[in-house]
Amino acid sequence: MTQVFYVASALAVVAAFLTVTRSNALHAVLYLVLALFALAIDFLALGAPFIAALEIIVYAGAIVVVILFVIMMVAGAAVSGEQERRWLPPRAWVVPSLLAGALAVLTIGSLAAGGGQAVAPTTIGPREVGAVLFTTYLIGVELASVLLLAGLVGAYYLGARD
Amino acid sequence: MSAHAELLTRMAVTLVVLLVAAPMLVWVERRLLARFQLRLGPNRVGPFGILQTVADALKLLTKEDWVPPFADPVPYVVAPMILGITVLGAFAVVPFTASGAIVDLDVGLLFFLAMSSVGVYSVMLAGVASNSKYAMLGAVRAAAQMISYELAMGLSLASIVLIAGSFNLHDIVVAQQGLPYVVIQPFAFVVFVIAGLAELKRAPFDLPEAENEIVAGFHTEYSSMKFALFFLGEYLGMILIGAIATTVFLGGGNGPFLPAPVWFAIKVGLFIYLFIWARATLPRFRYDHLMAFGWKVLLPVALLNLMVTGALVVARTAGS
Repeated sequence: MTQVFYVASALAVVAAFLTVTRSNALHAVLYLVLALFALAIDFLALGAPFIAALEIIVYAGAIVVVILFVIMMVAGAAVSGEQERRWLPPRAWVVPSLLAGALAVLTIGSLAAGGGQAVAPTTIGPREVGAVLFTTYLIGVELASVLLLAGLVGAYYLGARD
Repeated sequence: MSAHAELLTRMAVTLVVLLVAAPMLVWVERRLLARFQLRLGPNRVGPFGILQTVADALKLLTKEDWVPPFADPVPYVVAPMILGITVLGAFAVVPFTASGAIVDLDVGLLFFLAMSSVGVYSVMLAGVASNSKYAMLGAVRAAAQMISYELAMGLSLASIVLIAGSFNLHDIVVAQQGLPYVVIQPFAFVVFVIAGLAELKRAPFDLPEAENEIVAGFHTEYSSMKFALFFLGEYLGMILIGAIATTVFLGGGNGPFLPAPVWFAIKVGLFIYLFIWARATLPRFRYDHLMAFGWKVLLPVALLNLMVTGALVVARTAGS
């Protein structure tokens, strides 16, 4: 499973890089979907099939679909590509590249130094995830639900016909 | 036989059965629609016209495989493939036989939901990449409809998961040995079947390809084999929704005398008959009605059902 993990992770990094650099919004979103799928495979390789399934259902299946929806409604993909190129001159890439480079050095360094702890090859099922969510991390779950409620009220306000 | 060989055999058998059954369904649907409308339907090619689909398939395959010059080529070609891959992939977790599915996945039900939500991409990419207004309109409608009804579908399945205590489809079938869940969960069943019809984009929810307003919707610009793949995906989707409904609500292959795959096929056939019957009987929804129905009727019913089920399950486990 370790090889699967590294191949999927490499795929995720490459896809994420392409997501940021594509000037065609449609292609960028497709690379984002690819990155999310690669992450789901990472979770699967780490023994978390429930999280992997949720990753695909929630992120790839709902959130990115909505992003794609907006792209479809707002502008033709070709037009936005031209505009994107004008908005992003080469010097706009300097600071993000430095930050990403530092992160890459740290990651490769820690991997070369033995790469942290090996993950125990146990599979965490939906039952365990649920049990932990509603005991140890209960406050986090409640806070997230309050945040979602605020989002819900906001959406209702914006969507209401006056 | 080694584990790998058995896995490959199961995959091959499932694939062959599905790829023969889906084109057959086209013929079944046309004959049934004809019966409902007091016509004869295709009855010339072969016995009872059964070879009509073979003729149609040959015709489709020999058409020119064309990518429009105004299309975005890569997403345009990939779109129909996504549909085929997601639908066929979802069949991996459907327990056709008494011993279970091809892959005995512990999160099987979630895998089905994941595959069906990824299937939305095929429609959306077809619409965007075609770069044509009819395709775009069809894709916008399809995507909005599919994400709206997916919620209700997921919630209706969640109440089943609460009762069965597992996402594993084989476990859910085993748990129904005494009583199929359609008896305990009639609301979830109705919500699932309606949401399933909407997910399939079939009448009365066939607005994404409403031929008298937007030509053929998201697959307007497709021809030949790529169009055939969309068509195949639709009929495979019918079998898939029928199979999941059978597994989750009708006890899968459970039944007296006959072997499990036969019972499974009979039950799936009933659902497919129901879907075709609905197409022959019901007029198409208006688009705002469709959205209002999904969000204001189906979703609250599914939510309420889930809450009541949850309360009852908790009460029962606390009592025992």
